[in-house]
Amino acid sequence: MIQLKNISKHFGKLKALDGVTTICEKSECIALIGPNGCGKTTLIKTILGMVVPDSGSITFNGENILKHWQYRDQIGYMPQMGRYPDNMTIGQVLGMMKDIRGKSEGLDEDLIKAFSVQNLLNKRMGTLSGGTIQKVSAALAFLFNPSVLILDEPTAGLDPVASELFKEKILAEKDKGKLVLITSHILSDLDDLVTRIIYMQEGKLVFHKSIEELRQDTGEERLVKSIAQVMISNYE
Amino acid sequence: MNKIIKYVITDILRNKIVLIYTVFLLAASFSVFSLEDNSSKGLLSLLNIILIVVPLVSIIFSTIYMYNSAEFIELLVSQPLKRNTIWLSLFTGLASSLSIAFLIGAGIPVLIYQANLVGFTMILTGVLLSIIFAAIAFLATVQTRDKAKGIGAAIMLWLYFSLLFDGLVLFILFQFADYPMENAMIGLSALNPIDLSRILILLQLDVSAMMGYTGAVFKDFFGASNGLIFSFFVLLSWIVIPVWYSTLKFNSKDL
Repeated sequence: MIQLKNISKHFGKLKALDGVTTICEKSECIALIGPNGCGKTTLIKTILGMVVPDSGSITFNGENILKHWQYRDQIGYMPQMGRYPDNMTIGQVLGMMKDIRGKSEGLDEDLIKAFSVQNLLNKRMGTLSGGTIQKVSAALAFLFNPSVLILDEPTAGLDPVASELFKEKILAEKDKGKLVLITSHILSDLDDLVTRIIYMQEGKLVFHKSIEELRQDTGEERLVKSIAQVMISNYE
Repeated sequence: MNKIIKYVITDILRNKIVLIYTVFLLAASFSVFSLEDNSSKGLLSLLNIILIVVPLVSIIFSTIYMYNSAEFIELLVSQPLKRNTIWLSLFTGLASSLSIAFLIGAGIPVLIYQANLVGFTMILTGVLLSIIFAAIAFLATVQTRDKAKGIGAAIMLWLYFSLLFDGLVLFILFQFADYPMENAMIGLSALNPIDLSRILILLQLDVSAMMGYTGAVFKDFFGASNGLIFSFFVLLSWIVIPVWYSTLKFNSKDL
């Protein structure tokens, strides 16, 4: 579904991505894991076309994404820190996104209901807490029934109840045949969600394995422990 | 494209700064016109206020607005939208709200007291200046991610266009005082939209006689229809070139 070939990106002297090659197929829930600053967010942003890679190519359903924008119609993106115009209310932001996407029917409003966002529609974005903004971002990412979901640190600001609801939603969407890409440092959250792991370090893709392979290779049952083992062996 | 413009305009119009700007322009215009018994004298005083305030507010407000919208732009870029569309819509939204503020704040009083060719020229140049300095602000914001640097650059650009440029021109004039500089002066004035606007309005106010021989050359050039068309196109290119260049930059910018 998404194919990355030899993606490299520099920010000044910093090598954010270094020859990343991988394929992500649908019906998978892929976790992007790695230490801080290893290029996870940059990788996500290159897929979204927000960062233009220095070299390499990305294809989405067989089409090169360079200078294209229509493909983003099929992506729901939840940023690490969503920020919206302070003067707009939640209702207006939702309305605006519907307007931009040009869709008002067949919307997936499960998360809006689950997070009771509809009770907050008149609140201005500037007055919301970080967690509530995360809820709005999450609801927006799922709203248009996209075939790919890209979630950057989704559970970081959510309360335990919201976090559980959110995980259930991710599982349900994965079972519908969607591709879900998640970055997170909260590995316990990922344990029963993900089917594959991409491990990155210093801009390089160290491995891309299914979770069973990882368990076999490390001999650990829990994701937290197996990743800890990988991280320690790679830590400098 | 229209959708984003609509959201930008409603967002800005809800912002109190633009409201204060409009009220300030209204208060300044009405007080200037009621202080002077001769309304064309009033227009002259208003001209000086406008040439300082309009570029300053346009460039600073646009720069700060763009930096504050950084996350909003990021959100839009992750949506199925062309980058060109996003950038140009933001520009259109900002430029038209600033123009609306100017039209209400200064346009209405000028139309009440001086509804003639000079008044219309003044309104037109004021609107053009609002748009030009929004365009220059876009250029500043696309160049650097650092808010402090960007706003600093915007202030420096404003200082350059409203004060430093005149100093430079005076310096050149004195250095080359022995040579005929009149035609070169016309060329130089094209390099500063504020100067060009000032000349355009002064020439219609019949005070150009006070500008001596250079004034006569200016009158000869800008007074004729060719000169007017020339200056109009120069002002337009002050909009088109920064917008075009910043769009080009934005298309390959990392967010």
